[in-house]
Amino acid sequence: MNSNFLIELENVDRRFTSPEGKIIQVLDNFSMTVKPGEFCAVVGPTGCGKSTTLSLISGLAKANAGKVLIEGKEFEGIDSRVGYVFQTDAVFPWKNVLDNVAVGPLFRGVDKKEAIDKSLDWIKRVGLQGFEHHYPHQLSGGMRKRVALAQTFINSPDILLMDEPFSSLDVQTKLLMQQELLQLWSKHKAAVVFVTHDIEEATILADKVYVLSKRPTKVKKIYNVDIERPRIVTETRYTKKFIEISKSIWNDLSEEVNI
Amino acid sequence: MRNQNNINREEEIKKLEKISVQKVKERWRFVIFYRFMFLFVTLGGWEVLGRTGIIDPFFFSMPSSIVYQLYIWIIKGTSQGPLWLQVLVTLEETVLGFLIGAVMGIICGIALGRNKMLADIFSIYIKIANAIPRIVLGSIFIIALGLGMASKVALAVVMVFFVVFGNAFQGVREADMNLIANARVLGASDSQVTFKVVLPSALSWILASLHISFGFALVGAVVGEFLGSKQGIGLLIATAQGAFNAAGVFAAMIVLAVVALLADYLITRLENRLLKWRPTVQ
Repeated sequence: MNSNFLIELENVDRRFTSPEGKIIQVLDNFSMTVKPGEFCAVVGPTGCGKSTTLSLISGLAKANAGKVLIEGKEFEGIDSRVGYVFQTDAVFPWKNVLDNVAVGPLFRGVDKKEAIDKSLDWIKRVGLQGFEHHYPHQLSGGMRKRVALAQTFINSPDILLMDEPFSSLDVQTKLLMQQELLQLWSKHKAAVVFVTHDIEEATILADKVYVLSKRPTKVKKIYNVDIERPRIVTETRYTKKFIEISKSIWNDLSEEVNI
Repeated sequence: MRNQNNINREEEIKKLEKISVQKVKERWRFVIFYRFMFLFVTLGGWEVLGRTGIIDPFFFSMPSSIVYQLYIWIIKGTSQGPLWLQVLVTLEETVLGFLIGAVMGIICGIALGRNKMLADIFSIYIKIANAIPRIVLGSIFIIALGLGMASKVALAVVMVFFVVFGNAFQGVREADMNLIANARVLGASDSQVTFKVVLPSALSWILASLHISFGFALVGAVVGEFLGSKQGIGLLIATAQGAFNAAGVFAAMIVLAVVALLADYLITRLENRLLKWRPTVQ
């Protein structure tokens, strides 16, 4: 087994059963690898099972066939090395910012005082100091995303799964959050699998972009984005290389989304 | 020049604000005034109609007789002992029944809501149990548990349980799957998911049901007393009915209403405290 990879999906099948018992094949003989510290983006047509790959890696869902390996080993339940940022708001509305961020360490049995200290530190790092005692409904969408990021990063995951985390934000906030994410990631090099439908977002963030086909889903093509880091979101998007890469990804994808 | 303009503009806005504050106050005064008017006209009309004999006060009583009846009860006590004792007995039955029913309802609702298989098996029976007029069970409880407190508490429990249970169940089923998934990835065990995520999600549903079900518990206790007892407001009503004392029935109703309103106030305070994270509805 090649253990250079942190995450491996080997010939994975994933099926869904509808309430009537009908079977929908989402992933079909699907393979994908991610090295430690590598930033992978996954793009594909709607409903092709991008999010399903994340559920499999996190352990929230099980593969029907094939193997899902972390550090070359199969795992049971939900792996503690994983962090997951969801598409919709998944911060707890009844907890204030401080308690929301502290929740991961507390679930994992860290001492209360230590968890709070760590939480305060992360709140500062995502730029939310002064909002520790606000409840989520009192924050803007971008701020809630910051809470979600802090909540995930505080567990210092080796594997960071992100499911269209910025899709609900307006364009300016989105760019800010992308930059923020790159900065946080550069300090703590987790392997990232970033699912998005936004090709530019994929190109600006990732080292490697997986383009998926429509269902039953296979990997259509893998792009290496060799734009040097650190990248500045608002500037890199106008470089020639960036435009070239996103254009060819779009060409690939448009074959899949044509109706 | 520009500055002067700005200052003028600010003063103008302040004036407008003053007027709008005044308007809000006036509107509120209007509302209060007509509330009292309504009460005055209704009670006054009842009194006048009763005194002129247009409606028979023997059957429908009159506000003055009801107040007098209350006065007698408070000063001289009722035929079954002092009024406060009757209130206390009914309140004790109600609160006991309410607490037992609510706790059982919450536990069962969450257990069933968290288990799809159990939910599929039992949901049909819960619908049926909810459709049965459970108040009739009071007769069974009187036969089985006697004239004491137990039969009333049991009836109150049955009245409360299904309401709280239904809401807790629904609340659990509607808990956001994303929140549960997030908690699990963040490291929550199954029991942590239940108590730290599912229960707080269902809390607004559960608290909403507590409002209604306290009233149900009161109905259960009073009907239980009505069917057979030695003490309580229900018995007071039954006695008044037996003596063709309409004022007595109305007076007992007022006592019950006061109890129910006080309880509702307390539950609202509890709710505001537990749900302070909720956005305030405008």
